[in-house]
Amino acid sequence: MRLTHWLTFVVLAGMIMSGLQIYTAYARFGERDGPSYVNAFEGHGFPHWSRLGGWLAGGLNWHFALMWPLIAGGVLYLSYLAASGEWRSLLFRPRDIRGAIEMQKYYLRLRKEHPPQGKHNPLQKLAYTFIILLGVLSVLTGFAIYKPTQFSWLTALFGGFQAARYWHFWAVWIFTGFLIVHVILVFVVDPASLRAMISGWYRGRFPSHD
Amino acid sequence: MVAACGWDGGNAVRPLLLDVSRLNDWVGEKILFSQHRLAPEYDIAERATHLPSYFISPMMPMLRDPAAWRLQVGGLVRQPLTLSIDDLQAMPRTTYTVKHHCVEGWSAIATWQGVALSAVAERCGMLPQARYVRFDSFDSGYSNGWDLASAMHPQTILAYGMNDNPLPASHGAPLRLYSPTKLGYKMTKYLVSVTFTAERPGGYWEDQGYPWFAGV
Repeated sequence: MRLTHWLTFVVLAGMIMSGLQIYTAYARFGERDGPSYVNAFEGHGFPHWSRLGGWLAGGLNWHFALMWPLIAGGVLYLSYLAASGEWRSLLFRPRDIRGAIEMQKYYLRLRKEHPPQGKHNPLQKLAYTFIILLGVLSVLTGFAIYKPTQFSWLTALFGGFQAARYWHFWAVWIFTGFLIVHVILVFVVDPASLRAMISGWYRGRFPSHD
Repeated sequence: MVAACGWDGGNAVRPLLLDVSRLNDWVGEKILFSQHRLAPEYDIAERATHLPSYFISPMMPMLRDPAAWRLQVGGLVRQPLTLSIDDLQAMPRTTYTVKHHCVEGWSAIATWQGVALSAVAERCGMLPQARYVRFDSFDSGYSNGWDLASAMHPQTILAYGMNDNPLPASHGAPLRLYSPTKLGYKMTKYLVSVTFTAERPGGYWEDQGYPWFAGV
């Protein structure tokens, strides 16, 4: 579990950086001569420090090499969740909606006491379920761009080649946003969980995390 | 990762990346590619008005005497051929309107007319030892190597027409390779020869690190 977490972190960082290198070669979304999709980064490259690969071929080779550990890590992680039963404490299900609302009330100070919870509260479940789905979506849009002729049905499902590129690019910013919030919450709420994610031993203030 | 700023991997990682790229070539050719799967076709109304064109020569490659141009077909064949544009146009014509995918990330729809490479292979009597095809051009020696399966795909053509007109000089006149199953840089323009080989030929961009199979 910890292994796939840190593997994903390093590989995803490499995927994003090589992806920014690839984006630089055609910094817009839309067919040639066609309208552009709304994109704050249209026509802009990304700073040198944020790119991996040095040039387009290098960026592509990094991206297509790192896709293997990314997918392997994802499959390993999901298999572990399924086999260990851990998915029960992570997957957001319709019955969590009520709890999520109560949790949100608590955070907005509309409710005094912390609602009872398992390992993760319903809002955490929602966030982690969402980010796993985003990971799956990134891989699928990736395939749609990688082989738009062989997987033309998949590319069409995302609205075509340029649309698939667009969603693939959006995933970067959602991942980045998630990462920032995720790290802030770790330090603000439960810094001991960081040590736990590294060493495997939890000595924090939340008994449910043991 | 901070150390990786704008970095290409250096001498330590670069060969490893190229090894993985060869693995991806294999996966692309043997697992993901199908010789029977056709690229989707589009309506003429969806065509782009302008398709970017690339060549590596300092100026657009043009023939001094277009009438003297011939395509040489040779290598592992029973009967080497020397074909004029008229010879090629007399063969069964393939026309399709397909999406072009550039490695840079742009795409554009255009119509192409030409003769299926498989028909040329049949005419010259390609030998069973042939595993690859090498395409050479008069654009400063630009060339490409293809796997045989992609080369024999029904939509892989030697194109002499684009958007209902003769192929323009900017897009490889008088003859270029075209296929909607490959990235643009695999489709050699300004063709002079087609050679069937047993060894895997390199290519202009491929030798510099771009993916060799480059199937889409």
